[in-house]
Amino acid sequence: MKPDIFQAIADPTRRAILTLLTIQALTPNVMAEKFDMTRQAVSKHIKVLHECDLIKPEQSGREIYYHFNAKKMQEFDHWLAQFRQSWETQFNQLDNLLSTLKEQE
Amino acid sequence: MNNDLLFDFNVDKAAKTVIITREFNAGQSLVWDAFTKAELLDQWGAPAPMRAKTKYSDFTVGGRRFYAMISPDGVERWSVQEYTSITPKTNFKMYNTFADKDENRELPGSEWDHTFSEKNGITRVDITVFNESFERMEKLLEGFKIGFTMTLTNLENLLGTLS
Repeated sequence: MKPDIFQAIADPTRRAILTLLTIQALTPNVMAEKFDMTRQAVSKHIKVLHECDLIKPEQSGREIYYHFNAKKMQEFDHWLAQFRQSWETQFNQLDNLLSTLKEQE
Repeated sequence: MNNDLLFDFNVDKAAKTVIITREFNAGQSLVWDAFTKAELLDQWGAPAPMRAKTKYSDFTVGGRRFYAMISPDGVERWSVQEYTSITPKTNFKMYNTFADKDENRELPGSEWDHTFSEKNGITRVDITVFNESFERMEKLLEGFKIGFTMTLTNLENLLGTLS
């Protein structure tokens, strides 16, 4: 099964990779260096991030650079914000109800 | 108007759990009633412009509340809450599933845990929602299209929230 974005972001190393990629595109070798990981370990993380579209590869000469896919992150961001927003709306409604009920007491 | 009241919203993806904490400016029994009595739940239990309508409710262990969230265009989204544990005024747990209008449930559902505590007239409610799948959580949002946009500058904050 394709990993979902939640699984992708659940891992602290993948979050760190994403944060780094927001600043600049990187090759797998550079990522491995920065995180002091084997090339194999990095490839695994890249695979997960790529499969859920959070990063995009781009060939440049002999090297593959991975870019952060801001659009995908925004989708997720949007989703989470909506969820939070719907709760906030409900709780504000409850605040109003509680103050009405208190007045009636 | 309630800026001084705590509102926390955290998602723990590894545990497939959403943790929500909110304080209310009211006593514990009143807040308890608002979360457990159908006639009160219907007054706040769906984010406007949606509204909640309870068909029936039996707040006892093993009892159920069968209700719908209704969108402004009249589309009804039915759910069943089955109460699995009740400690009056302090805690209740339920298993929530979507359903059709004839109460046929769509599994899997989510487990909800509510804990109530009061301090200086302020009641704190801690809600934990455990979802068997996040696809289901996404479903929860159907109909909640509010048009809320956040920019990429919030990425760091978001990542922090999720860690």
